[in-house]
Order: sequence, then structure tokens, then C-alpha cells
Amino acid sequence: MRNAFNEAMCELARQDKRVILVVGDIGTLVFDSFRKDFPDRFLNAGVAEANMIGLAAGLALSGKIPFVYTINSFMAMRAFEHLRDDICFQNVPVKLVGVGAGLSYGSLGCTHHTLEDMAMMRAVPNLTLISPADPLEAKKVAESVLHWPHPAYIRLAKAGEPMLYKGDYAYQIGRAVTMRQGRDAAIVATGAILRNVLEAADKLAESGISTRVINMHTIKPLDTEIIIKAAKETRAVVSVEEHSIIGGLGSAVAETLLETTGLGLVNFKRIGIKDQFCHDYGSQAQLWEKYGLGVETIIQTIKTLLERRSARQEKIKTGKR
Amino acid sequence: MTNQKLEKFGYRVRRQALEMALKAGGGHLAPAFSSVEIITFLYCSFLKVDPKNPQWPDRDRFILSKGHGCLALYPVLAQLGFFPKDKLMTFAQPGSFLGGHSDRSVPGVEVNTGSLGHGLSLAVGMALARRIDQKDYRVVAVLSDGECQEGSTWEAIQFAGHHGLDHLTAIVDYNKFQSLGPVKEILTLEPFVKRWESFGWAAREADGHDFASLKTAFAGLPLAQGKPSVIIAHTIKGKGVSFMENQPIWHYRTPNKEETPIAFEEINRKCGE
Repeated sequence: MRNAFNEAMCELARQDKRVILVVGDIGTLVFDSFRKDFPDRFLNAGVAEANMIGLAAGLALSGKIPFVYTINSFMAMRAFEHLRDDICFQNVPVKLVGVGAGLSYGSLGCTHHTLEDMAMMRAVPNLTLISPADPLEAKKVAESVLHWPHPAYIRLAKAGEPMLYKGDYAYQIGRAVTMRQGRDAAIVATGAILRNVLEAADKLAESGISTRVINMHTIKPLDTEIIIKAAKETRAVVSVEEHSIIGGLGSAVAETLLETTGLGLVNFKRIGIKDQFCHDYGSQAQLWEKYGLGVETIIQTIKTLLERRSARQEKIKTGKR
Repeated sequence: MTNQKLEKFGYRVRRQALEMALKAGGGHLAPAFSSVEIITFLYCSFLKVDPKNPQWPDRDRFILSKGHGCLALYPVLAQLGFFPKDKLMTFAQPGSFLGGHSDRSVPGVEVNTGSLGHGLSLAVGMALARRIDQKDYRVVAVLSDGECQEGSTWEAIQFAGHHGLDHLTAIVDYNKFQSLGPVKEILTLEPFVKRWESFGWAAREADGHDFASLKTAFAGLPLAQGKPSVIIAHTIKGKGVSFMENQPIWHYRTPNKEETPIAFEEINRKCGE
């Protein structure tokens, strides 16, 4: 995704002279073409995130279009107050881009994981929160935020993500994409984990369980309509995120489901990291497996929910309590 | 303006600030009082701004990084015509655009501040934009001394020094007191001038309540080619009201019934009316 992002940045910089890319001393090789073509619009702020965010706000207030880029954990957390005060409270259109969301940096340990950022960002007013699923989507996201008039936070994975979209599609901030149709169950997911979600959905389809897959690339503002429709049209809803189950996409979906009248008792479960630090090392995919984001876990969760729903309906039918 | 006129202007700012804080039932008076002459000097003798056109593209940018010093800023802005003077007494009350920390809803105010350690980075961003656009305006930021304890302030200082942002000027309102006591007892900043210089800034000291001293300090900025400038202005917290001066208890306190008339009497003496 980071290469797709660099490609996008080069096009955007060509398109609009106001684009400035500010990095927190990362991106060797990644931004080589940007640095070559736009040397006066590339800024390395060094290992100093608070100043990096503040100066980006100052640039935006002076009419520039700043994209700020560093490792996701540092982007979100190191200078969160600066993100909130300088960018969101002042409501300036700075694009904050974090690379390596979730468990992308699988060999580097917990300091480089981000499993809390969506929970944090959701609670900040004025902020648009986007989590692309593959490199094509990452590029479209970058393009769509160029003239977005609000602060934006984009959580990218890292590198080597497979293309999940079969071809081009129309991308719109805030409008989720249905990647698989289905009437038995629905999965609402975001980010690179969609790879496992799609694999799970395809395997479930083979065993006769038709599973809708909704790519909720924009977590804020949330596409509540598509969630409610899924709850009405299927018998189980599951959220999947490479993030704590506390406060992120799953919580956002749960909030919508619980506060919407007419849905009855929604059969729902969150899949995500269960409030723990992921101490193990390995590839991102291996960590997904270990920490509850594996394909089989997703499949089993849906099967369990559907069995639960059937059992409940059985009880109602036979009048048992 | 002559130094005498400036001095009277400053004391009228103090009087206004006191009236505003009393009406609102609170305000950072003593911190504002140490900034009065600095802000008066900047707006009356230094900054190129247009009250009728606060967004004039070639204006100098002023950032009150010491956001809680805003009681020294609002009366100056009003007096110069950025907004009607009758708005001052709405300070910190429902519906007002004038709050306890200055923000962009006030005509003439560039950025929202209030949390220390943000303003200088915002100023750095503006100075960078100036350089990219090859314009000629200045970016000036007033910092508090306590704020120079924040790591983020030093991130900005590092960056500006490294990049030689010579259209950037910082002024530290060095009143030597923070919230709970003297700076030198809590977390000293000394050797203060040397610290800035070691980060690549050109530094000069001034008497922050003396217009002649401020004028000299600001003459011919930048202090050194290719370096940002810092004026360390020695000031007195609570300056202008004898019982408020250098007393930590006055960080966020308004005079009571007995103290108020004394405060006004001392200030009025220097207002020249």
C-alpha cells in the first residue's frame, strides 16, 4: 500500500502545487520518485512528531495541502493532543497517513503495532477516518482526500497486500463497498484483514452459507445505511478489524445496530484483538492467525452465530423458554 | 508612537483586562500583565497588519503561543479596530467569541492556542510556507517560560534552528514564575540564552516592560542572517499591580472586593488621563 500511496502522492503533487509531503524520518526508497520530482515539496521533520503535526497545521493555515506520513502507531499516538488541537480543533484539511496499521510490523513488537487508533480517532470531532483494504483502494483514498475540506486520518497497511478488488470501481468517502453479496450472514470489515474476510466468505459459500462482505473503508463517517440493510437482510452480522474489539469498527457497528429501531434482536459479534498486546513475532498473516483474526476463526464465528439464531428461532416456535 | 504614549496604551490594556476578568469572574490576569508591553509593542510598532483586512495575504503573522495571555491581546486588537470595543466585556460569557484562550474566531487571531507547546510549531509551519512562496512577511510567536519546559517546544526550536528559518522570531515572556512557583525551583530553564543559541538561534535579551529596550531588541531583525531570532524578554508576572507581582497565588486569580480598588488605582495612575 505504501508504494501505491507514493504513486498517488506524485500524481497529486503534479495536479496541485500546494501539495506538501511531510514525513517523520521514514520512507527510504518508498518516496524516492516523489523526492526526485518534487524536492522542494518534501519535508523530513525528523523524529519529532509533535512539531511535525504542528507545522503541518501551520502549512495548512497558510494555504498548503499537507500530507503527513509516518508509522501508524506514532502518527496516531505520539502526539495525539497535537492532532486533536492543532488539526481537528482548528479544523484544517491536513491528511495524516499512518503506515503499518494493526499488526503490519509483525516482527517489530508491540510498540509498532496499532490496535487503538480507530478508537481514539472516532472520538475526535471533525476527523474523517479511512482504512483502505488494498493498494488500489489506497490510491483512490489518497486522490479522494486531496481536496477534502476536513482533517483526515488514513490508516495504511504496509507492503505486499494482494489486490482484493477485481477491477476498477467508484470510490466515495463514506460509502462502503459490498464486495460479496449474501443473504445468510454479513461481515463488516475494514483494512488489509479483508483478505481473510473474503477468503472466509468464499469458503462459507462453498458450504452453502451465503455471506455478504461489506468493506467499510470509511469508519468515520460510518455508512450506517449499509449496516442496517445487512442486519435486516441477513441472520448474522460480524465485524472484523485489525484493531482492539474495544472502540473501533465493531463498536461503531454495534452502536448503530443497538440504536436502530425495528431490527429486533440482532445476532452480532465483534472479531478483533481481544484487549491484549500481541507479544508474539512473525509475519502479519501469522499474527492474524494467532490473535483471533484467522480465516477459520471468522468462519466458525459465523457458523456459531447462525446456529445460535436457529436455536433461538426453534425455541420460539416450540414455545420453550 | 512615542515610548510614553506606548506606556499609557499598555496601562489602558491592563485596565481593560482587569475589567474583563472581573466581569467574567475569572481570567489569567497576572500572566497577561507580564505580556502587555510586548504585545503592545508588537502591534503598535512592529507588525505589518491591517485591522480592516485580517486575512491580508502579505501580513505579518502573530501567534500567541502563550494562549492564556489573551487578556493582554484582546484589548489591543479591539483598540486597533480588529473588532468592536464593546465586545470586550463579553469575555468568557455565553455567546462570546472571546474566551480564556485565544482562538481563530477572534478577528486578528491566527491560531487556536491554550495548550502550551503548540504555537511555535504552528509558527514554524507558517514560516515554511513563507519560504516556499518566497514572500516577505514575518512570523512572530510569543511563548511563556513555562511552555519552554514542554518537549514539543524544543522540537520546534530544533527544527527552526536546523532549517535557518530567519523570518521567524520568538519572544519569551520570561516572567520567571509558573503555576506553582518559580521556574528556577521547579524546572529551571537556565542557561536560557545559551540553550536557544545551541539550537541554532540568534538570541537577544530585553527588558520586557521597557519600550526603548524592546525597540532596540527588535531593530534590524533577523538578529543573524540565516538564523531564527529569539528575544528573551525579562518581565514581571502581575506587572502593574504591586500585590500581584511575582506572587504564584496570582497565576489565575482575580482581585477581591478589597483588592480591586487598589488595583485600579495603581493602574489608573499610569493611564495618563
